[in-house]
Amino acid sequence: MKNGQNLLRIQESRDAGFVERVERESGQRVSQCYQCGNCSASCAYTHVYDFPANQIMRLIQLGQKDVILRSRSIWLCAQCQACTTRCPCNIDVARVMETLRVLAVEAGAVTQKDIQLFYDEFLKSVAAFGRVFETGLLASYNMKSGKPMTDADLAPQVLRKGKLALLPHRIRGRKEVAAIVRRFMDGAPERG
Amino acid sequence: MKAKPMKRTIAYYPGCSLEGLAEEYDRSTRAVCRALGLELVEIPDWNCCGSTPAHSYNPLLSAALAGRNLALAEEAGLDTVMTPCPGCLKALKGALHKQGEDPNGFQDALGRPFEGKVRAVSVLQLLAERIGPEALRKAVRRPFRDAPVAPYYGCLLTRPAAFAQFDDPENPVSMDRILEAIGCAVPDFPFKTECCGATYGVTRNPIVTRLTGRILDMAVRAGAAAVAVACPLCQQNLDLRQAQVEKAAGRRFRLPVVYITQLVGLALGLTPEEVGLDKLFVSPESLIMNLDAESETADSLSNAG
Ligand code: SF4
Ligand code: SF4
Repeated sequence: MKNGQNLLRIQESRDAGFVERVERESGQRVSQCYQCGNCSASCAYTHVYDFPANQIMRLIQLGQKDVILRSRSIWLCAQCQACTTRCPCNIDVARVMETLRVLAVEAGAVTQKDIQLFYDEFLKSVAAFGRVFETGLLASYNMKSGKPMTDADLAPQVLRKGKLALLPHRIRGRKEVAAIVRRFMDGAPERG
Repeated sequence: MKAKPMKRTIAYYPGCSLEGLAEEYDRSTRAVCRALGLELVEIPDWNCCGSTPAHSYNPLLSAALAGRNLALAEEAGLDTVMTPCPGCLKALKGALHKQGEDPNGFQDALGRPFEGKVRAVSVLQLLAERIGPEALRKAVRRPFRDAPVAPYYGCLLTRPAAFAQFDDPENPVSMDRILEAIGCAVPDFPFKTECCGATYGVTRNPIVTRLTGRILDMAVRAGAAAVAVACPLCQQNLDLRQAQVEKAAGRRFRLPVVYITQLVGLALGLTPEEVGLDKLFVSPESLIMNLDAESETADSLSNAG
């Protein structure tokens, strides 16, 4: 990004198979997007995106795989479904954003490492106990993200309300749950 | 052979939030269902649905994690799973959807038998459809005396429409009708389905303070004395994080953010304690003062549903 503009040499960075890959994985006809901009107009996150949702759609059509998989937008999408609700072409834009996230993990191209870390710690907690242990999750995220004071301001009120769990709830079937998680977290899953 | 009685027993999936920061949502959901004659059976040994993190790895991971709970409910002979959490609901519905889309992949990931003969609903849908505003109105013992409460639905309860199959994706009204039935005045609230910032409270706090701040601001401008919610994440952002929002916005809201089940419970005559009112961070005291004295005219709900 330079002077607020994203300049791309689209011919040089074009990955011709990318549109099909995204369409296959998401089940959405991204090639039908005609840039009406409804998705971006509906999106409450455009102010923190590097590329608004409609531009992500266009970049997919242009095969700009690297730019997209490294974009901040795909990690800041909250999956709120506003775009999906309003797309006149019935493209499930939220599903496309989610697919791009999965592809970014698979390609090792995750740029928002702290968000990925939070998700990793979340799933590790689920694998360990069968249910997520909020207190432990926050503690390990704080330690590993190098932001040890995250939400520390909330602790006193949470404590006062008797809502600070100090021990996780371990379910009986946690081995079964761990096996499900491990299949997808260690190495990329089989895909078509 | 006797005819099979209509199943009134509902499988209950609380989800992890309701074991922790949203414990009052769990308590009030159970209490309200009990008061309305809906029998909940907690799914034995349920596990986390995987939430957004599972989706970001692979939709199949999410489907399998959520699917285990549906399979356990099916095993227990139940055909309806209710969860108060819209995020969990999305994962449960996603699992059913995935099973239809990719039966082999789903079965492989799940690794236990599941026929898929269950449906998933939210507690709001249960109140709106199984009970209905009319029956609810009749069961009210202590109506709110026209207390203005803004109905905030959040992103996921009604979206996307094809998936949610409930209410309207742009202008939902199910909670409006329930609030009216219990005596609240419902102001026009244009931010019914605006996003609160979701899980970014931890990783990108300014997103939440900005988006949640807009919602609180709109509720105040609409004249609301409180906000009614049906999502533990929305509630957390609007209530627990309200002090963070106030700090970022440089203004004071102190607006109570109350679960719809808590409001319904109070109107049905349950005590503040029974609906976990003391667990809210912003004190809802001003709202409680709007509750009418107990009336003797409330009908029993035994014929509802
Ligand atoms: S789902 Fe994502 S891209 Fe779509 S409107 Fe919501 S945040 Fe924006
Ligand atoms: S709303 Fe649909 S058609 Fe319009 S820009 Fe977005 S994806 Fe394209």
